[in-house]
Amino acid sequence: MEIKAGKKALALSWEHSSNPWKQLMSQIWKYRVSYAFLMPFAVIFIMFTVLPVVTSIIYSFTYNNMLQPAKFVFFDNYIKLFTSDDVFITALKNTLVFAIATGPVGYALSFLVAWLINELPNKLRSVFVLVFYSPSIAGSIYIIFAILFSGDFYGYVNATLMRLGFIDRPVEWLVDPKYMSYVVILCVLWVSMGAGFLAFVAGLKSMDKQYYEAAAIDGIKNRWQELWYVTLPLMKPQLMFGAILSITASFSIHDVTLSLFGFPSTEYAAHTVVNHIFDYGYLRFDLGYASAISTILFLIMIGCNKAINRLLRKVGN
Amino acid sequence: MKKNIIRSGLDSAAAAIDRIYGSIKSGTRHILHIRWTRSLSGNLINFTVLALLSALMLIPMLYVINNAFKPLNELFIFPPKIFVKNPTLDNIRDLASIMQRSWVPVSRYLFNTVFITATGTVLHVLFASMAAYVLEKHPFPGAKLFFALVITTLMFSPVITMIPNFIIMSKLKIIDTYFAVIVPAIGAPLGLFLMKQFMSTVPDTILEAAKIDGAGELKVFFSIVMPMVKPAWLTLIIFSVQTLWNYTGNIFIRSEALKPLPYALQQIMTGGIARAGAGSAVGLIVMIVPITIFLVCQNQIIDTMATSGLKE
Repeated sequence: MEIKAGKKALALSWEHSSNPWKQLMSQIWKYRVSYAFLMPFAVIFIMFTVLPVVTSIIYSFTYNNMLQPAKFVFFDNYIKLFTSDDVFITALKNTLVFAIATGPVGYALSFLVAWLINELPNKLRSVFVLVFYSPSIAGSIYIIFAILFSGDFYGYVNATLMRLGFIDRPVEWLVDPKYMSYVVILCVLWVSMGAGFLAFVAGLKSMDKQYYEAAAIDGIKNRWQELWYVTLPLMKPQLMFGAILSITASFSIHDVTLSLFGFPSTEYAAHTVVNHIFDYGYLRFDLGYASAISTILFLIMIGCNKAINRLLRKVGN
Repeated sequence: MKKNIIRSGLDSAAAAIDRIYGSIKSGTRHILHIRWTRSLSGNLINFTVLALLSALMLIPMLYVINNAFKPLNELFIFPPKIFVKNPTLDNIRDLASIMQRSWVPVSRYLFNTVFITATGTVLHVLFASMAAYVLEKHPFPGAKLFFALVITTLMFSPVITMIPNFIIMSKLKIIDTYFAVIVPAIGAPLGLFLMKQFMSTVPDTILEAAKIDGAGELKVFFSIVMPMVKPAWLTLIIFSVQTLWNYTGNIFIRSEALKPLPYALQQIMTGGIARAGAGSAVGLIVMIVPITIFLVCQNQIIDTMATSGLKE
C-alpha cells in the first residue's frame, strides 16, 4: 500500500514537472497496463521481424560465414551481385517475370471471382469460396503439380495432350527450360486466391446496398459503371490490403520452384531471388552476400507496394 | 453454431442445385429484387464461368484425393484417369509400412506438426489479441508508430528476415528446437493487423460499463472482449494454422525426429511416380486439416475479413 502510494506520488510529481523527459515517463506510467498487454507480442515481433530487417541491411555490408567474426566490406557484396553474378541477374529476371505474370493476374482474378461469387445466393457462394480458397490453404499440396506435369506419359497433362493429339511424345515440363516458367506461373496462380481473395469476398458481401440504389438514381446505367464508380471506390481499403499480400507473395516465389524442379533448376530457368538467398545463406553460408540479396528484394517489395498504393488511390476518380 | 456447420457442410451441394432451380423457377422476380441489372441469362453466364473456373481449381485437389485411394494398377494405367474406379486403402497401408521401416515413424512427424501448430497458434491468437486490444481501445503514446510499423512489415514477406533470423536464433541457441519455428510465428504481423481492425467493432460503451462495475483490464479483456471478437480469432487461427501446418522445417529444424509432416510429404514425393499413391495419402492428411477448419468457420472468417481493409 505504502509502495503504491509512493509510486503514485512519484508519477504525479512527474506529470506536473516541466521536464519533458519526466512528463514522458509519467505518460508511460499512466499507460503501464497497455504496455504490459502489448509487451509479449511486441517483444517477439520486434525481435524476429523488425530487428532482422535492420540487421540484414547491416550484414549486407559485411562478409560473414558464422565461423569467423564478420568483416566489414562496404559495397563489395552489391558490386559483386551486379557485376559478376550472372545467376543473380537470371534470378532477378525470373523473379520479375513471375511477379508480373502472377501478381496482377492473380490479383485481378481474385477480385473477378469474388465479384462473380457475390452475385450468387448465400449457400452457393459458400461452396464456391471454399473451392477457390482451398488450394491456398492446402499448402504444400501444390507438389501434386510435379505428378500432373510429370515428364513421362504417366503425367496427366502429357497423357491428355497426347490422347487429344496435340503432342506425339511426352514433353519434359519440369526439365525443359522452355516450359518451366509456364508451370510455375500456373501453379502459383492456382494457390494465389488467399487472404486477399477472402477480403474481397467479405468486402463485397458487407457492402451497403443503398449505395447501389443511390447510384442508380444518379444515372449509373450498367454494371461496369457501377463497378467502377461505386464498388471499386468503396472497396479501396480491401483492394489495398489485397494488393499488399499479392505483391509480397508474387515476389517471394521459391517453394514452388524448389518442389517442382529441385535445386538448382535446369540452366537456372526457374531460379528466383529467394532461391538465390537460400543458396548463399543456407548452402554456402555467405550470410553477408545473402543479406545483400535480401536487402535488394526488401527494397523492391517496399517500392512496389508504395507505387501500387499510389495507383490504387486513383481508382474511381 | 453446430447446426450451421452441418447445414453448410453437408447440404450445401444439394441446396446449391435447389437454389439454382429455385431462382430459375421463381422467375426473374427474385433475382431482379436482389439487383436490378442482372438478368436471368446474366446469372446463368456468371454461374457457368464460375463452374468452369472452379473445375480447373478442383482438378489437382481431386487428383490427390483420388490417387490416395487408387490401387496400383489404376495408378499406372495409361491414359491416367482422375477418378478412382475400385477404391482401396492400400496406399494408406503402404504409407504406414514405408513409415514403419523409416527411421522416424510417421506418428512422430504428425506429432511434431500438431505440436508446432497448436502451440504457435494458441500463443499467437492470445498475444496478438492482447496487443490489438490496447492498440485499438487504449491507445498509448507510441501506439500509432507501432501500428505503422506493423503495416510496413506486411509489405515484405518473411523470407526477407530468414537469414538474420537464423543468426539471431543460433545466438539464442534455439536452432533445431520447436521454438525456432513457433516463436517467429507468434509475432506474425498479419494476425495483429486483422485483430486490431476487427476490435473496432467492439463498442466502447460496453467496456466502460464493465469498468464502472469494477472489472479490471484483464477481466474486461478475457470475459468481454475475447468472446466478442471470436470471429477474428477464428480467422487468426486459420492463417496461423495455414502457415505452421505447412511448415517444412527448412534449416531451422535439422534433427529428423523434430521434422514436421510436410517435410515427410516432400521426401516421399521425391520418390516420383512410384510413390504417387503413398504421397497422395500424405497429401490428403496434410490438406484435410486446414480445409476442415475453414469449412467450419467460413462465415466468421468472412465477417472478420470485411474489416480487414487498409485505410489510407
